[in-house]
Amino acid sequence: MFPVFYVAGLVALVSTVMVVTRRNPIHALLYFILSLVAVAVIFLDAGAPFVAALEVIIYAGAIMVLFIFVVMLLNPGVALVIRAREWIGPAILSLLLTLGIVYSVVGSTIKTMGISATTPKDIAMALFGPYLLGVELASLLLLAGLVAAYHLGRRIEREAPARGASLQPGAPVGSGAPSSRKEGA
Amino acid sequence: MSPALSVVLCIVLLVILMIVGGLLTWVERRLLGLWQDRYGPNRAGPFGVFQIFADILKLLTKEDWIPEFADKPVFVLAPAIMLVAVVAPFAVIVFAPGILITDLNIGLLFFLAMSSMTVYGVALAGWASNNKYALIGGIRAVAQMISYEVFMGLSLMGVVIIAGTFSLGEIVERQQSVWYFAYQPVGLIIFLIAGLAETRRLPFDLPEADSEIVAGFHTEYSGMKFAVFFLSEYVGMTLISALIVVLFFGGWMGPFLPPILWFVVKTAVLIAFFILVRAALPRYRYDQLMELGWKGLLPLTLLNLLATGAVVLAIGK
Repeated sequence: MFPVFYVAGLVALVSTVMVVTRRNPIHALLYFILSLVAVAVIFLDAGAPFVAALEVIIYAGAIMVLFIFVVMLLNPGVALVIRAREWIGPAILSLLLTLGIVYSVVGSTIKTMGISATTPKDIAMALFGPYLLGVELASLLLLAGLVAAYHLGRRIEREAPARGASLQPGAPVGSGAPSSRKEGA
Repeated sequence: MSPALSVVLCIVLLVILMIVGGLLTWVERRLLGLWQDRYGPNRAGPFGVFQIFADILKLLTKEDWIPEFADKPVFVLAPAIMLVAVVAPFAVIVFAPGILITDLNIGLLFFLAMSSMTVYGVALAGWASNNKYALIGGIRAVAQMISYEVFMGLSLMGVVIIAGTFSLGEIVERQQSVWYFAYQPVGLIIFLIAGLAETRRLPFDLPEADSEIVAGFHTEYSGMKFAVFFLSEYVGMTLISALIVVLFFGGWMGPFLPPILWFVVKTAVLIAFFILVRAALPRYRYDQLMELGWKGLLPLTLLNLLATGAVVLAIGK
C-alpha cells in the first residue's frame, strides 16, 4: 500500500515543481496533467476510486484539454517569462501554506488514510442526502456561469449583423434567439 | 484471479490486440472493396492476407523522420500516449466468465477516463509537429472529442441506472434475461455515434480530413510513429465495439457456443458495422458536426437519462 503512495506522491511533487519552472507553456501543462494523474493514483490508493476516476475525467481529461486548446490557439511560444519581482507575493503566501503543512505533519494531528473503499453509491447518498443544499448551490453557480458565457459569446456575434438589430427597435437587448437575428440580417 | 495469471493475461491480450489491429487494416480494405464493388488487396497470399506483412515491412523500413522544426520530446510522446490510452481500457473489459484482468467497481468510469486521455495524443501530435495543417487537425480533434465526450459518458449512464453498478462484470451478469439494447435503444445509438467521433472514424474524421488538411494531426509522422497512430485507430475501434457488446449486447452470453467465442463474434460484427458506416456515409462538415453534437445529441441524451431515471423510479426496481 505504502510504496504506491510514496511513488505517486513523489511524481506529483516533482511534476508540480516542473510545472512552475518550465518556460514552454505546453511542457508546463503536460507536467500539470501528470501531476493530476499522480494525485488520482493517490486517491485510488486511499480507497476513493470514484474520486480518482473523476479527477482524471474532469481535471486531466476536460479542463486541462481546454488549457492546451487555448495555448494551441494563441501559441505564445517561450515569451512568457515572469520577472523575479512578481514572484514575491505568491512566494510569501506559499511559504505560509508550507509552514502550515509542516506544522500539522510534525504535530501529527493528521490521522492515517482510511483504507475502507468509498463506493460511488456512498458518495451519491451523501451528496443527495445531507449535502443537497451544496449540490443545488453549485448547480446554480454553474447555471450562472453558463448564462454569462452565453451572453459574452452572443455580444460578439451581434456586432456583425448590427443592422439587423436596428430593424427591431422595440426589442429589448437580450431577447430573441441569435439564430433568428442572423436571419433578420 | 491470482496476480500471476493477471500478468499473463495482460501480455496475451496485448499480443492479441496488436495482431487484431494489424489484421483489421486488411479486413477493412477487403470489406470496403466488397461494398464498393471492387477487389481490394488480393495479390499477396490467399485473399491478399499477406498484404499485412508487406505493409509492416514497408513501415519498418521507411525513414523514421522527426522534423527539425518539431518539438521533439512531445512529438515522440504523442503516439505513445495515444496507444496507451486505447489499450489500457481493455483491462476492465469482461471477455468471458473469469477471463478479465481486473473487475474494478468503477470499470466504466475507468474507460471514460482513459478515453478522455486519447485527446492528448491527437492534440499534442498536432501541436508538436509545428505545421499549420497538423495544428488545424489537432484543434479540430480537441473541439470534436471534448464535445462528444460529454454525452458519450452520459449516454452510458442509462445502462448504469438500470444495472445499478459501474462494474462491467456485473453489468454483463444483469443482462441474463434481457440484453440492454432493448431497454436503452437511444443510449446505444448515441453511444455508437459518439464512439465514431471519439475514434475519429468516417463520417467524423475531420481531424485528418485528407481532402482539406493533408493528413491532419499526423501529417509530419512517418515510419513506425505513423504506424502507431494507424494501429491505435483500429485498437480504438475494437475497444468501442467490445464495450458496446459488454454494455448493450449481453457480453459473452449466448446459446451453444463457448462464451469467449460469442464475445469475439459479436465484437467482429460491430467492427464490420463500423467499416460499413465508413463505406456508406460521406464526411460531415465541421459546423454540422458541432451542431449535431450540442444541439441534437446532447439534449436527446439528457431526455433519455431523465426518462430512464423516471421509469426505474416508478417501477421501483
